[in-house]
Amino acid sequence: MKVVSYSEYCLGCGLCRIHCAAGHDGYNGNILKAYKRGTPRPRADLIFHQDQSWLNTCQHCPDAPCVNACITGALQQYDRGVVYIDEEICVSCYTCIMVCPYGHIFPGEQAVLKCDLCRERPGQPACVAACPNGALRLVNEGETA
Amino acid sequence: MTMKMLTPAFAVQRDTERCIGCGVCINQCINEVHHMDEDGWMWVDEDRCVGCQRCGVLCPTHALSITEFPMQFRGNQYWSPSHIREIYAQAQTGGVLLTGMGNPRRYRCYFDHLLLNASQVTNPSIDPLREPMELTTYLGNKDVEVPDREKPQLKLKVPVMFAAMSYGAVSLNVQNSLAMAAREAGTMWNTGEGGLHADLREFAPHTIVQVASGRFGVNPDYLGAAAAVEIKIGQGAKPGIGGHLPGEKVTPDVARTRMIPTWSDAISPAPHHDIYSIEDLAQLVETLKVATRYTKPISVKVAAVHNIAAIASGIVRAGADIVVIDGFRGATGAAPLRIRDNTGIPIEVALAQVHQRLLDEGIRQRASLVASGGIRSSADVIKAIILGADAVYIGTAALIALGCHMCQCCFTGRCNWGIATTDARLSKRLNPRLGAEMAANLLQAWAHEIKEMMGGMGINSVDSLRGNRLMLRGVGLERHELELLGVLAAGE
Repeated sequence: MKVVSYSEYCLGCGLCRIHCAAGHDGYNGNILKAYKRGTPRPRADLIFHQDQSWLNTCQHCPDAPCVNACITGALQQYDRGVVYIDEEICVSCYTCIMVCPYGHIFPGEQAVLKCDLCRERPGQPACVAACPNGALRLVNEGETA
Repeated sequence: MTMKMLTPAFAVQRDTERCIGCGVCINQCINEVHHMDEDGWMWVDEDRCVGCQRCGVLCPTHALSITEFPMQFRGNQYWSPSHIREIYAQAQTGGVLLTGMGNPRRYRCYFDHLLLNASQVTNPSIDPLREPMELTTYLGNKDVEVPDREKPQLKLKVPVMFAAMSYGAVSLNVQNSLAMAAREAGTMWNTGEGGLHADLREFAPHTIVQVASGRFGVNPDYLGAAAAVEIKIGQGAKPGIGGHLPGEKVTPDVARTRMIPTWSDAISPAPHHDIYSIEDLAQLVETLKVATRYTKPISVKVAAVHNIAAIASGIVRAGADIVVIDGFRGATGAAPLRIRDNTGIPIEVALAQVHQRLLDEGIRQRASLVASGGIRSSADVIKAIILGADAVYIGTAALIALGCHMCQCCFTGRCNWGIATTDARLSKRLNPRLGAEMAANLLQAWAHEIKEMMGGMGINSVDSLRGNRLMLRGVGLERHELELLGVLAAGE
């Protein structure tokens, strides 16, 4: 499973990143708490190129280079190909950041930051739920949406 | 340079306790109202704000509210602030004021003075959840003396269609949304006068194509690709006025669809230059019938004007299968403000008069009547049907379902909601997949409500409702208004 971005409908508003940051690190979706009281740390990046924009987020690759490269085993591939990080084990060596062909993993303080498809959130990932124009969809591997 | 007299029309209020400086307002406003300076301060340029509310709706913390600017011009009961604003604007520009959407002025709305009947004791009401209710409507000539092969019918599962909005005035994504919704709901969408885009050919069984005074994109293929053909004589927002799609909206795609040169102004003349009489209209109706081999109903759309009953009678006699009456609240992508606000008559009166006139002349069965212009809810739909309509067109309501926030700036081509524009950066703001879902939801909701209201009246088929004016009572209307509408006063 992965979140796919459709640049033809992406508004470039950035609400996906805002809701991503508020959906992690214990903010429980509270945007004001994340941005006014805390440190917002989105797990994805919004890319702008010419007139297009899209959300650059983890593709949960079938044979994930980051999982192969992880020196501590913090990155593991689970059901339906989803790559999770165990933040307790990560030592922030950044090897995964170097091997990710898409630049989908970001440096963090204690551990690297990457998309976990909002595993603690009921329903759709926060970015997909927040997109005002249906430009993000959660799809299974091999599925063309 | 003279002194600038205009103050901002809207105030943008930012709650700094809530603003997180995320920049959604900055990147979503095509009018460049919001700015962040190098120190992270957020500034607004309220002179540019058109009140479309896009920033306020998308702001993730609801830190923005757009209100009317607190300092209104010093008007009085006679000189309203809007009169004063318009004079200042004209004194600065020397131009005709343009506007979009429908007539917003305070004229009496007859829909709001009509009340529906309901069954009590003496006749049973019907529960639409338990018993079948029929909304299916057929549009076309129903004269028994005409052979069946010469009277094609248009089948609607719900008596609400999407009004004509051309590609160029609205984006392709809007047309795509409406076409998908029409297919889903079993009704029709209308191309408007701007031709039929190649991508929308698949919706042909749910498409009404328009032949207007500009004849844009009209060819045998275009006529063949539709379920019905509509001759547009006029529209409610600007009766007697032609159209003008400015050249900057005529992108290569629009130009190809309209069959005109790229970036050239698309001018629709005020009249059809081959129609100066009912006899001329009859010729065009016949031509289109022959061109489509008598397989498609031919519709004629006119604005509701003073002599509408006689005009409609002439249109039916000219051979039209469907007559569309567009009331003075009908909307537009661009019209001179004075025309939009001061021309035409209310659809309720026009409809009642046309229906009665056609009945009196014994020709009502020869054509279906479609009411258009300012239909806001399912209650308006049902009242229009009771006043004599077979079906209605909705334009503004459909666009609101797609996200329109009624800022009335359609004519600028800078629609922040991505609706009335051909700018690729803006038109992508409407995802047709979501648009189709919202427009189809609206029709489904209205169909349910119409069934509820019909059930309350003890009527199980929309056919039994048409022209059944005993089901209406007028409240707060003068005697002559009741007579024109053909309804009794409440209590009678």
